[in-house]
Amino acid sequence: MECVFGMVGDGFAVVAADTSAVHSILVHKTDEDKVMLLDSHKLLGASGEGGDRVQFTEYIQKNMHLYQFRNGIPLTTAAAANFTRGELATALRKNPYFVNILLAGYDKDIGPSLYYIDYIATLHKIDKGAFGYGSYFSLSMMDRHYHPGMSVEEAIDLVDNIIAEIRSRLVIAPPNFVIKIVDQDGARVYGWRESIKDVDIPKA
Amino acid sequence: MSIFEYNGSALVAMVGKNCFAIASDRRLGVQLQTIATDFQRVYKIHDKLYVGLSGLATDAQTLYERLVFRHKLYQLREERDMKPETFASLVSALLYEKRFGPYFCQPVIAGLGDDDVPFICTMDCLGAKELAKDFVVSGTASESLYGACESMYKPNMEPDELFETISQALLASVDRDCLSGWGGYVLLVTPTEVQEKILKGRMD
Repeated sequence: MECVFGMVGDGFAVVAADTSAVHSILVHKTDEDKVMLLDSHKLLGASGEGGDRVQFTEYIQKNMHLYQFRNGIPLTTAAAANFTRGELATALRKNPYFVNILLAGYDKDIGPSLYYIDYIATLHKIDKGAFGYGSYFSLSMMDRHYHPGMSVEEAIDLVDNIIAEIRSRLVIAPPNFVIKIVDQDGARVYGWRESIKDVDIPKA
Repeated sequence: MSIFEYNGSALVAMVGKNCFAIASDRRLGVQLQTIATDFQRVYKIHDKLYVGLSGLATDAQTLYERLVFRHKLYQLREERDMKPETFASLVSALLYEKRFGPYFCQPVIAGLGDDDVPFICTMDCLGAKELAKDFVVSGTASESLYGACESMYKPNMEPDELFETISQALLASVDRDCLSGWGGYVLLVTPTEVQEKILKGRMD
């Protein structure tokens, strides 16, 4: 029941994901961050099998850092997306990763961009996208309310409406979400949307 | 559901008088869900050679990358562009290499050969070539496309008439296939110019 979705606005891109770590009927934690900061100006929202998700996204992140150390400049968003697709495609017929990815980034001369990367390594540049059961609601909401060049306020308003829709219509809806944004000032957390907080139990 | 019907696609190429046209639909889907309506299926190899790849999108992208790689090497060694017939043999060989674990793609190759004689061909996912003098089709809408092209095609059409014919054949066929459509993309190539046009059909 993992939900990841994202969209491109005016000079920024936003990616939101649920924050539940679930195994069968058990919720391990409700503050699992599934949107990784790839580098200063890139976000990687991932959903899929638990071990694969963490393993694969960390592998991509470390390789991006390695490129930056070796060459002195960071990869562009398009290059990062194509590298990620290449890794998924190479592994596909040997030992596939079951991870779906939304890669958002900001480049100085190109602006914001968002890439959809399937677990079978289908790559496509998009303005709005989503994965998981939540996508049935988020894509429809975005089809109706999204327009190119939205301001941050408009986009976050839409993200909140999508989260409200997922909470009300998805049967085992995740309680908490994290929203991250990337623009010319970099990639950072925009906010959390929590409806359940882990309780701190005092020590005996 | 068949792996060839996972993403949905429609491709057609037609021969005219000293020209050819290659057209595709624009939908990228994941089974019943539409992800994007601007997906590119027709790729340029060189000015007078285009290849369309239908079937599984990830394999189409991987295969395209391999073909461009091989063609660039050929250009470096031979200091000229590949002839369409040669390219078709290359595609066929690449596909048959994976005989027991194939790329799930059906390519459509269209080009202007020596003396600007148009050449089209298609092949199945294992590389069995099918040369045709009139039209070739591929994708989930292929059966509808066969019917539409057979009834609408005339030999030796001028570029304008060829464009009209291929557009009508494509749009009529994808309207009967739920997995392809969302507009069309037509590329018309004559010895002197290349025209790209986007078609607006039933957006559903």
